[in-house]
Amino acid sequence: MNQASAIKLSKALHDLAEGATSVHVWPMLAWQEIRQRYRRSVLGPFWLTISTAALLGGMGPLYGKLFGQDLGSYFPYLSIGYVLWLLISGLVNEGCAAFTVAAGLIQQTPMPLSVHVLRVVFRNLIVFAHNLIILVILLFIFPPHMSWDLLLAPLGVLMIALNGAWLGLLVGLLCARFRDIPLIIQSVMQVAFFLTPVMWHANSLGRFKWAADLNPLTHFLATVRDPLLGLPVPWHSWAVVLGVTVVGSAMALASFVRYRARIAYWV
Amino acid sequence: MSTARIVADNVHVEFPIYGARNRSFKNAVLRAATGGLIAEDAARHVVVKALNGVSFELHEGDRVGVIGHNGSGKSTLLRVLAGAYEPVAGTMLVEGQVASMLNITLGLDYEATGYENIFLRAVIMGYRPKDIEPLVDEIVAFSELGDYIDMPMRTYSSGMSMRLAFAVSTYVSAEILLMDEWLSVGDAEFSEKARARLNELVGKAKILVLASHDESLIRSNCNKIMRLSHGQLTSFEAV
Repeated sequence: MNQASAIKLSKALHDLAEGATSVHVWPMLAWQEIRQRYRRSVLGPFWLTISTAALLGGMGPLYGKLFGQDLGSYFPYLSIGYVLWLLISGLVNEGCAAFTVAAGLIQQTPMPLSVHVLRVVFRNLIVFAHNLIILVILLFIFPPHMSWDLLLAPLGVLMIALNGAWLGLLVGLLCARFRDIPLIIQSVMQVAFFLTPVMWHANSLGRFKWAADLNPLTHFLATVRDPLLGLPVPWHSWAVVLGVTVVGSAMALASFVRYRARIAYWV
Repeated sequence: MSTARIVADNVHVEFPIYGARNRSFKNAVLRAATGGLIAEDAARHVVVKALNGVSFELHEGDRVGVIGHNGSGKSTLLRVLAGAYEPVAGTMLVEGQVASMLNITLGLDYEATGYENIFLRAVIMGYRPKDIEPLVDEIVAFSELGDYIDMPMRTYSSGMSMRLAFAVSTYVSAEILLMDEWLSVGDAEFSEKARARLNELVGKAKILVLASHDESLIRSNCNKIMRLSHGQLTSFEAV
């Protein structure tokens, strides 16, 4: 490694370390954005909870009927999957704008760039926490089979958040440079919602179940949803999640090291 | 405290200007896929050279005025000094705590209260909430906002917002102070107070870099003058 790339690497790592430890910055900015969105409403961010609940209340019975499912098992399945999907798609879609929306700060302050990505991740976790209320209520109504596997669910959420971080770094950078990428990603995510087993069971594909297994999002959902439904998580789901995390982080790090200094010029 | 200094060595800053063409992913893919035929066309984006090989050294006690026409690179230079832009080529070494007064309203949220904005602004300037906590009462008193401090900032007049922004931004200690034009805020009475406050801040700073069009302002506040023209340093001399 020559000296120039060693400097680039150390600056990038320094940015990430400083960003991660700036716990007085990104949570504050994330909360500010949430508050800003709901500032003058009476219920504030609980509108998120209500709108998700309303949607599930409508979709659950309808799709349960359409797919000929037993509501007692389909309703929790759909709700958990949908709430997780909101988290995942929020991380992906807002990750695109991580740097572009912070153009003012990036062009005028020496704030670590990773702060802007962590702010997106944290904001989406706040939103997720509001939707979590629905799941908690639901799990009281439809109690899952108690097992130690339940403890794996928070780990699965953590993995989703971790993946949101590298993804935000990578797509945030790409979207700052190429302005049609956010639009591409948005359409991909819309299609992905229907291609991912959120509303339907992978098992109902029968011998084509492998098609759902090819979709990494299937496995991210499984690591949280299966434990909450009292099902064991297939080991290969954990393997896929871990693999995506490692490969994705490596890709994001490589791009960030190379292009970090350019971001200020791109936004 | 350590000594403050700034060493710029052959600093180049270039802004790529991407039209819709160059920002498109399609063209980048085509460029890769067509083996360079379209590439020449697509890669030929315009570059604005904002700073073109600027070198200088600043030491403690330097009060530097930067003079130049619009687009001469003054603001870019300040942003490089603030640590926002990294030079495309060359190095900019900045030792010492930098306080940037380039845009004192940056980060303010008009839906949030004045009180919340004090913390927001402080964090964006790089301070911790606990650093600013003991200063809050003083800042509120200085801004003369009274009970308005608990009201959303959107209810403020523009003068009131500026007073708050000024109060937070200048209640810091800085070794290196960066300013784009001399800050002036408020009505006659307040601007007198603001001037005194700013003079105190400038007096305490080890290095001041002030960009302005106004040569007389620079002559009365600075001991060195830097002239920029088309991104190049044309002269750097004592006043």
